Amino acid sequence: MKFTWFNLMPWPDLPDDFREKNRSVWVDIDQNLFDPERAHTVYNTYMDLLEYAGTVGFDGIGVNEHHQNGYGIMPSPNIIAAGLARRTKDTALVVLGNSIALYNPPVRVAEEFAMLDCISGGRLVAGFPVGTSMDTNFCYGQIPSLTREKYAEAHELIIRAWTEREPFAFNGRYNKLRYVNIWPRPIQQPHPPVHIPGGGSVETYDFCIDNTYSYSYLSFSGYIRAKALLQGYWDRVAERNAPDASPYRAGFAQTICVAETDEEAERLYWPHVNYFYNRCLHVYPGFADAPGYRTIKTIQTGALSQYAPPRGGYTELTWKDLVEGGHVIAGSPETVRQRMEDLIKGLNVGNIFCLMHVGNMPADKCMYSTKLFAEKVLPHLRNIFPEWADDDRFWCKPLNKMAKPGSLPSERDAAEAVSAALV
Amino acid sequence: MMELKTVKTEHVPVQYLEGGSGQPLVYLHGAGGMTAGDPLLTKLAESFHVHAPYLPGYGESEEAPELRDMLDITLHTLDVVDALGLKDPILVGHSMGGMIASEMAALAPHDISRLGLICPSGLWLDDHPIVDIFATLPFEMPALMFHDAVAGAAMMTAGRNVSDPNFLQTYLVQNARQLGMAGRILFPIPDRGLASRMYRIKAKTIVVWGDSDRAIPPVYAQEFKRRIKGAQLVSIPEAGHMVIFEKTDQVADAIKRLA
Repeated sequence: MKFTWFNLMPWPDLPDDFREKNRSVWVDIDQNLFDPERAHTVYNTYMDLLEYAGTVGFDGIGVNEHHQNGYGIMPSPNIIAAGLARRTKDTALVVLGNSIALYNPPVRVAEEFAMLDCISGGRLVAGFPVGTSMDTNFCYGQIPSLTREKYAEAHELIIRAWTEREPFAFNGRYNKLRYVNIWPRPIQQPHPPVHIPGGGSVETYDFCIDNTYSYSYLSFSGYIRAKALLQGYWDRVAERNAPDASPYRAGFAQTICVAETDEEAERLYWPHVNYFYNRCLHVYPGFADAPGYRTIKTIQTGALSQYAPPRGGYTELTWKDLVEGGHVIAGSPETVRQRMEDLIKGLNVGNIFCLMHVGNMPADKCMYSTKLFAEKVLPHLRNIFPEWADDDRFWCKPLNKMAKPGSLPSERDAAEAVSAALV
Repeated sequence: MMELKTVKTEHVPVQYLEGGSGQPLVYLHGAGGMTAGDPLLTKLAESFHVHAPYLPGYGESEEAPELRDMLDITLHTLDVVDALGLKDPILVGHSMGGMIASEMAALAPHDISRLGLICPSGLWLDDHPIVDIFATLPFEMPALMFHDAVAGAAMMTAGRNVSDPNFLQTYLVQNARQLGMAGRILFPIPDRGLASRMYRIKAKTIVVWGDSDRAIPPVYAQEFKRRIKGAQLVSIPEAGHMVIFEKTDQVADAIKRLA
C-alpha cells in the first residue's frame, strides 16, 4: 500500500454566512475574503504540516492544482513541491498534478517536473489531470469541447520531451515548436510514474490502461459512493484485457480523522469537517460542468460532475450523515482501520490519498490525527495486497544516494580550500 | 410548413429546414438551437424560400469535430450555402447565427449582398459584458433572454416534460452537443476578431435588436451599425434577446426590407 498525505490548502477564514452571501467558493469568489498577510502564515503552516507528514511514516506527501478557489489556494503545486523537495528526505512528492492543457507550451510541465525530479533525487510522482471545468474552462478560458484534444496533445508532447534524446520538431494543432529539447530531463526512467485524476469518463479509464498510468478518483464523497465508479474502471480493465488488475492501477482520496475514541473524533473534528463540507464545497452549479467539457459518451453513462448539485438540492450535512455515508472516515484507530480496510479491499485500490487536513483544521489537531493514523492505523494496512508487493510501476524510484541541503563547507574551510587552490 | 432535409458537405451531412417560396433566404440559428416550429421561420416562409441549416451538433445533425474555430465554421457555412445551390441568398442570422453570417459577409463580400443580423454576437465591449451563457443555469435563462420572463419560461419549456427522469440526461446530452459546438466560437468571450474584418462587408445590412435585450445589450446594436457601412438599425420595444419569439412579425418586416 502507498499512503500519501494530502493537503488541499483551504482558506481557513471563510465567514459563517459564506453560503448565504456568496454564490461560489470557486471562480468568482469574493476578493475581499482573501488576506495576503494571513496567507503568509497559512502557506507556511500548511507546508510545515506536509513536511511533518513526511517524517511520520507516510509514503508520500501530495499537492494539487486549483485556480481562484477558496478551498485550494495552490494554483502552482510545483512551487510548493519545490519547497518540500528541499526540506524532506525520503518521502515521495506526489504532484497530482499539473493541468497540462493549461500550460503554454506544455513543455513547461516536462521541464518543471524534471527539475522537481532532479532536485528531489527521483522522488516525483507526476499527475496529469484534465482539470475541473471550473479551473480549466471558467478560470483559464479553455474551450470546453476542445479541452480533451488539447490535453491529449500536451500529454504526447510531454512524454516525447521526457523520453527522446534528440531535439525534435513538434507540429501540433495547439503547439508549434521547432526545437523541443528540454534541459533538464527527469532522473526516473523512462519517466516518472504518472497518475491520472479522473471523474468516471470511459476515455480516461482507457487512457490509463493503455499507458500503464494509475487511475485516481479524487472525490470528497467517500468510498461508499465511489464503488460504482471504480467498479466501472475495473470492469474496463478486464474488458480491455489489461495484463493485470494490480490495485496500484488505482488510487482514491479519502477524508480521514483519527482520535482516541469515536466520540472524541466528533468533538475534535466536526467543526472542521463541517467547514469543509458545508462551506468550502459551495460551488455555483453553473460552473460545475461547462457544456462540451464532458464527452457525450460520459454523460450517457450517467457520470455527472461531483460538483453538480445533488438531487433534491443542497442541505446541511451532519457529522452522522458524513461518517455513515463514508464521506469521512473518522473515529478511533480501530474504527478507522476497519473502514479503511473496507475501502481498500472494496475498491481494490493500492494508492490512498489521505485528506488529513480538513477545512479550517488548526495545525495541532491535524498533527494529532496524522500521528495517530501513522502509528496506530497505517501499520495494520500496509500489507493488504502481499501478492502485489513488488509492483513498482506506479511509484517513484529515488536515488540510493541523495544530496543533502546544507552541503556547503564552512566559510573558513571554503577560504582555506581557495587558498590551497591558489598555491 | 418547414420540411427537414439533408445536404452533403465536405464535413458531415447537414440537416436543414426548408419551406416557403420567393427569393432564397438562408437563416442561421442562435446558440440555443432551432426547431421546425419556430415562429420566425414560419413567418419568413410566407415571403421567402427559406433554408435554415443546423450547425453540426444541433438538432439531429452529426457533430463535426474538425470544425474547431471561426474560420472553419465560416467556411463550412459558406459550403452549405453552395451545396444548397444558392447564389447570393438573403443571409439572416440570430445571435450566434448573426456572428457567423457577419463573418461570411466579411470573408466573401462579393457573394453576399443582403445581410440581416438579429442581435448578433461577435463583438465585445469591456464596459458592457455579454452574459456568460455557459455558466447560466436553465432556470436563470428566461429572465436573461426574454423581455417577459414568465411568458419566456413557458415558451422554453413548451412541449417538454421536465418531470421525466430521462429529461435531465437528454437535456445534458443536447446541451453538450449544441453548446459544445457553440463554445468553439463563443467561449469564454464571443469575440473571434470580427471587428477587424467588418470593414470588408459590402452587403446591404439590417440590424435588428430588442430594446430590453439583457443577453447582448442594445449598445452592441450601435456598434454593429457603426462598423458596417450603411447598416440600418431596427430597434424593437418590449423585446429581449429572443425577439424572434417575442416580436416575430416586426422582425420579419425588418428582414423584408432586404427583398
